[in-house]
Amino acid sequence: MALDIAKYRRRRLRSTITVALCWAASALGLTILGVILATLLYKGIAGFGPKVFTEMTPPPGSDGGLLNAIAGSLVMTIAGVIVGTPIGILAGTYLAEYGRYSKVSSVIRFINDILLSAPSIVTGLFVYELLVRPMGHFSAFAGAAALAVLVIPTVVRTTENMLLLVPNQLREASSALGLPQSLVIRKVAYKAARAGMITGVLLAVARVSGETAPLLFTALNNQFWSTNLNAPMASLPVVIFQYALSPYEDWQRLAWTGALLITAAVLTLSIAARWLSSSRTQQ
Amino acid sequence: MNLMSKDVDTGLTEKITVSNLKFFYGSTLALKNISLPLYERQVTAFIGPSGCGKSTLLRVLNRMYDLYPNQRAEGQVMFDGENVLDMTDLNLLRSRIGMVFQKPTPFPMTIYENIAFGIRLYERLPKSEVDGRVESALEKAALWKEVKDKLHSSGLSLSGGQQQRLCIARTVAIRPEVILFDEPCSALDPISTAKVEELIDELKNEFTIAIVTHNMQQAARVSQRTAFMYLGELVEFGVTQKLFTNPSDKRTQDYITGRFG
Repeated sequence: MALDIAKYRRRRLRSTITVALCWAASALGLTILGVILATLLYKGIAGFGPKVFTEMTPPPGSDGGLLNAIAGSLVMTIAGVIVGTPIGILAGTYLAEYGRYSKVSSVIRFINDILLSAPSIVTGLFVYELLVRPMGHFSAFAGAAALAVLVIPTVVRTTENMLLLVPNQLREASSALGLPQSLVIRKVAYKAARAGMITGVLLAVARVSGETAPLLFTALNNQFWSTNLNAPMASLPVVIFQYALSPYEDWQRLAWTGALLITAAVLTLSIAARWLSSSRTQQ
Repeated sequence: MNLMSKDVDTGLTEKITVSNLKFFYGSTLALKNISLPLYERQVTAFIGPSGCGKSTLLRVLNRMYDLYPNQRAEGQVMFDGENVLDMTDLNLLRSRIGMVFQKPTPFPMTIYENIAFGIRLYERLPKSEVDGRVESALEKAALWKEVKDKLHSSGLSLSGGQQQRLCIARTVAIRPEVILFDEPCSALDPISTAKVEELIDELKNEFTIAIVTHNMQQAARVSQRTAFMYLGELVEFGVTQKLFTNPSDKRTQDYITGRFG
């Protein structure tokens, strides 16, 4: 049987076209990303300098930096993650281990998914009603609480998924040694899933550190240095939001710088997360 | 099923006595009235085609099935005078009846930790003694020579055969009375298989052993007693040599001569 050269050529041609389209699509996506990063870098680098890290957000027309916003973001993100991560990991562990076969779990999983895709502004409003209104004022507490609420569903999801990836044989093998379930989970399953779980937490950090909406309703903003968790606190996303919308050029410049800072931080975290999860698969 | 009494050598103790055991996956009956003994310090092999219930039977002996919902057992499994099916402290049971699985399952830790981990669970020992126990367990599993210089590298760095012997060492280290092997060689090459078989032969001086295998030669080589199971039934149980040379049941005959299964 002879090879149908014409048919073969047509297929080759189709394949080449498809590959070219794939390349074009990726190139388009990457170009957009590149343009965003380049603009950010170009506009943000102008306002960059030591002052950004040493001075407070200025009133319009005078010199200043972003110190209070950076500190506020760090404080609230860290607090939110410290509160949200244990809850998320414990809940994820319940779903994957203790409650794997129970009906309650599927309900929890469903609700968690809703929470995961809920717009973050809703979370902001929720915490506003729950904390800000009763307390009578905006506060960093409320901000951290809102971020924690955002951290929880992400961590629940990744923890559960990573634990489900741990082969059951490993659980059987450790139970066969007479390990109680709590130890099987702590000593064996967590160990096997650790890299993935840490990745999940890092991604949660990356997600909440760029959130503006929930902080607008909770921590609000603060023009000055404040370490009082019971008072309004500045944060990078809110400062960017406020300054970028302002008519003052120096404020706008600072907003660009802030945006560059946040992007760099999130990018670093994502790369760290990637690196961690790839080092896991290499094992 | 009256073959049992005929086969009993005088002087052998029944370490585990299974009687009228039924097992259900949901509403499916997977084991139909199984009765047989496991003699102390003897190797009992379970053979039979896939899905005949050999592994299921093994997983009843250490209550492994308890990890999953909708699985239950009825009947009696007497182990040193106690019914395994009524036991509540499963961790204690499993420390007395160890199990080695089909696929090697080293824990994600160092070779040393893989073994020391189980020991520390039950005994509070000074480090020097744990070291000694780790060494003797690895010796027993014929792995010591190969790993003594890399005790602190990951258990996952070993070859498949070595990993399986590590799992055996881990099981031996906590000093169980019975060891269950669930197709321990099916993922191993012939050389590793030979090593594991030799090992099982050694271990029977100290432990009561049950082994599920698809490999009839293996059953013939390592065991003193063999049980042939088919479709959830125990068709024949007896002295290995007799079962393989002069089986009483037509179905056993057909299976060992390769006519079905």
